Amino acid sequence: MSRFSAALHGWLLLLPAMALLMLFTHWPALGTLIDSFYTTPRPRRPSVFAGWDNYRQILDDPIFWQALTNNLWFAVGTIPVSVGLAMLMAVWVNDRIAGRTLVRMAYFTPTVLPMIAVANIWLFFYTPQYGLLAQLFGVFGATTQNWLGSKDTALICVTVVAIWKEAGFFMIFYLAALQQMPPNLAEAAALEGASRWHFFRRVQFPLLMPTTLFVLVNAVINAFRTVDHIVVMTRGGPDNATSLLLFRIYELGFGFWDTSLASAMTVILLLGLGLIALAQYGFLERRLHYR
Amino acid sequence: MKRRTFLQGAAAAAGTAVIAKPAIAQAATEFTLFFPVAVGGPITKLIDTMAVDFEKENPSIKVKPVYAGTYQETLVKLMTAHKGGSAPALSVVLSTDMFTLIDDDAIVAFDDFAKSEDDKKWLQSFFPAFMENSQTAGKTWGAPFQRSTVVLYWNKELFKDAGLDPDKAPANWAEQLAFAQKLTKADASGGVSQWGIQVPATGFPYWLFQGFSTQAGAILMNPEGNRTFFDKPEVVEALSYWVDLSRKHKVHPPGIVEWGTTPKDFFEKKVAMMWTTTGNLTNVRTNAKFPFGVAMLPAGKRRGSPTGGGNFYISAKAPKAQQEAAFRFAKWATQPQRAAQWCVDTGYVAVRKDAFETEALKKYVAEFPAAAVARDQLEFAVAELSTHENQRVTKALNDGLQAALTGTKTPEQGLKDAQVEAERILVRYR
Repeated sequence: MSRFSAALHGWLLLLPAMALLMLFTHWPALGTLIDSFYTTPRPRRPSVFAGWDNYRQILDDPIFWQALTNNLWFAVGTIPVSVGLAMLMAVWVNDRIAGRTLVRMAYFTPTVLPMIAVANIWLFFYTPQYGLLAQLFGVFGATTQNWLGSKDTALICVTVVAIWKEAGFFMIFYLAALQQMPPNLAEAAALEGASRWHFFRRVQFPLLMPTTLFVLVNAVINAFRTVDHIVVMTRGGPDNATSLLLFRIYELGFGFWDTSLASAMTVILLLGLGLIALAQYGFLERRLHYR
Repeated sequence: MKRRTFLQGAAAAAGTAVIAKPAIAQAATEFTLFFPVAVGGPITKLIDTMAVDFEKENPSIKVKPVYAGTYQETLVKLMTAHKGGSAPALSVVLSTDMFTLIDDDAIVAFDDFAKSEDDKKWLQSFFPAFMENSQTAGKTWGAPFQRSTVVLYWNKELFKDAGLDPDKAPANWAEQLAFAQKLTKADASGGVSQWGIQVPATGFPYWLFQGFSTQAGAILMNPEGNRTFFDKPEVVEALSYWVDLSRKHKVHPPGIVEWGTTPKDFFEKKVAMMWTTTGNLTNVRTNAKFPFGVAMLPAGKRRGSPTGGGNFYISAKAPKAQQEAAFRFAKWATQPQRAAQWCVDTGYVAVRKDAFETEALKKYVAEFPAAAVARDQLEFAVAELSTHENQRVTKALNDGLQAALTGTKTPEQGLKDAQVEAERILVRYR
C-alpha cells in the first residue's frame, strides 16, 4: 500500500468521529463566538455587527455577577465535598464489611436516578412544615424553615442536592482504583505497624491521584453543568439567589430569545472552563505518577 | 437467497409501495397541539379525550396533543419549533405572550380564518375581560381557552375553630389581615403550625401581585404594551401590604411560598386561606377533606384580580391546511357545551357567557356555587401584565417582588429597580 493510500485510509477511518466532533463541538463553538459579536436577529430588526457591546452589556448586568458568584460558591461547595465523600465511601466499602453490596448499591442509587426525579424528591424533602426535613427537625423540636424560599439557604440546599447526586458516581471510580491496588501493599503496611490513617495518607491517596485528577475534572465540569435541579426546584430564585451561569444562559437564550447575549455569556463560560482545565492539567499532572 | 427470489421480492415490495403511496396521500390532515399543565388534575387525559372526540366528529382531521410542561416551558418549545421552521399548528400559551409572538411573526390572526358569519359571531362570543389580552391593532390573535382569575380559598372548619363565621370570607384588606391573625397558630418557641394566609411567589409572582395592585387602584402597563408603571405609589402600597403580612404581622409564611405545593398545604391544614387560580378548583374539591369556601379576592380601594390562563394560538409557519384544521379545533373546543364541560372538569372559567346558560353548567353552579365566583369576579378583573419582550419585563418585576418578600430590598426599592429595568427594555418599542 502506498504512503498516500495509507494516509487516505487513516483519514477515512478518522472521518466519522471527526465529523461528529466538529459538528457537535467545534462548529457550534465557532458559531457561538461569531454570534456573540452581532446583535440578536429579530424579524423587524436584522442582525448587525455589534463589536464588544454584548460583552459590555453582560459585564454591566448585576444578575451575571450574581450568577458567577453563585456558581463559584456552588463549585466550592460541590467539588471538594463530593470528591472527598466519594473517596471516603470507596475506602469504606472496599473493606470486607457485612452488607457491603447493599451499601454500595445504596451509594450508587442517586446516580441512576434522573436529575429531574432527584430534584422533585428533594423538593418534597425541603417543603416547609410537612416535608421530610421539616418532620425530622420537628422531632427534635426545631422550628420549620423555608429552605428553598429564603435567599440565605436556597443555594446551600441546591448544593446539597448536587453533592448527593454525584458522590456515588465518583465513588465507583475510586472503588475500581482501590481494587486494582495489590494486596501486598496493605499487608506490608500492617506488618510495619502503620495505622489506617497513615496507610491511607501515604500509600492509598498518592496511588489514587490519577483517579483524583479524572474525578476532579468531572467535578469541575459538573459544577458548571448541573442546572437541571435549579430549573425544577427554584427556577433561579428567590431573586436570583440560585441562578447559575448555565441557567442564566438558558434564561437569556431560550426564555428571552436574546441569542447573542446568551452567546456572549457562553463564550465567557467557555473561557473560564478552559482556563480551569489548563490549570488542572498543568498543575495536577505534575504531581501525580502513573503506574 | 437465490438471485431470482431476491429480484421477485424486491419487485413485489416496490409494487406495494407504489400502490400504497396514493392511499397514504389521501389520509387526514394531521396537526400538533402543544398544551401546558399548570394546575392539578388529569388535564392530559382530558385533552386526549377532547382530541379523540374531535376526530370522531371530523374524520378528515387528526389531532396530536403534545404535553409541553408549564406555560413558560410551552412557550419555549413553541418558539424553538417556530425558529426551527416546523411549528405546531395550534398551541395553548399564556394570553400575555401575544406581543412576543407577534414580534417574532410566530402567529397568525384568527380574523384571517373567520370567513363565515358563524365564525365571526364565534369570535365575538367571549367574555370581554378575556379579550383584553387577546386583541391588539384591531385583530384577534388568540382565542380564550383556559382562562382564570385569582380567587381566595378558605377552610371553613378552621374558621369555625378560630371563632369566625365559617360562611363569610374576608371582604377587604383589613378583614383579611384580622382573620389571618386569628387563624395563625404559633407555639411558644415561635414555630407556626398553621398559617392564616399564603400567597405563592415562585415562578410568576407578578400574577398574584396584580391582585394586590389592582385592589390598590393601580394598572401596571398601558394597552399598547410599551410602558409600565411599577413604581407608582399605589403599587408600592400593594407590595408593602403583602410583605407586611409575613414580615410584620407574621400571618403569612416567610420568604417565597411555592406555587405547586400551596394546594397541598391547604389540604394538610397548614394554612387556612390561600390565593391561587380558580383552575385549581376541581383539584381542591376532590382533595380537600373539609368544607371549604371560594370567594373573590378581598377589596383594597376596590375589588380586583388579573385574568390569567392560556389562549389558543395558530402558528404562522404551519401549512395552510393544518392552520385551517387548527382553527376548526379551536372553534370546536370553545363551543358552549364544551367550554362548560372544561369548566366543570378543571375549574377554569368557561370562556363565554352562553356556556353558563347550558344545562350542565347551570346544574353545576347550582350545586357548587364556588364555580361561579371567578366568573362573577370578571366584573372587577383587569388584563394580565403583558408587554413586548414579556418574559424579560415580567422577570424584572418578579425579581423585585421576590427581593421585597425575602427582605433584601424594601418594597419601594424593589419596584423602583424593576421599573428602571422595564423602561430599559421597552423604550425602543415607543
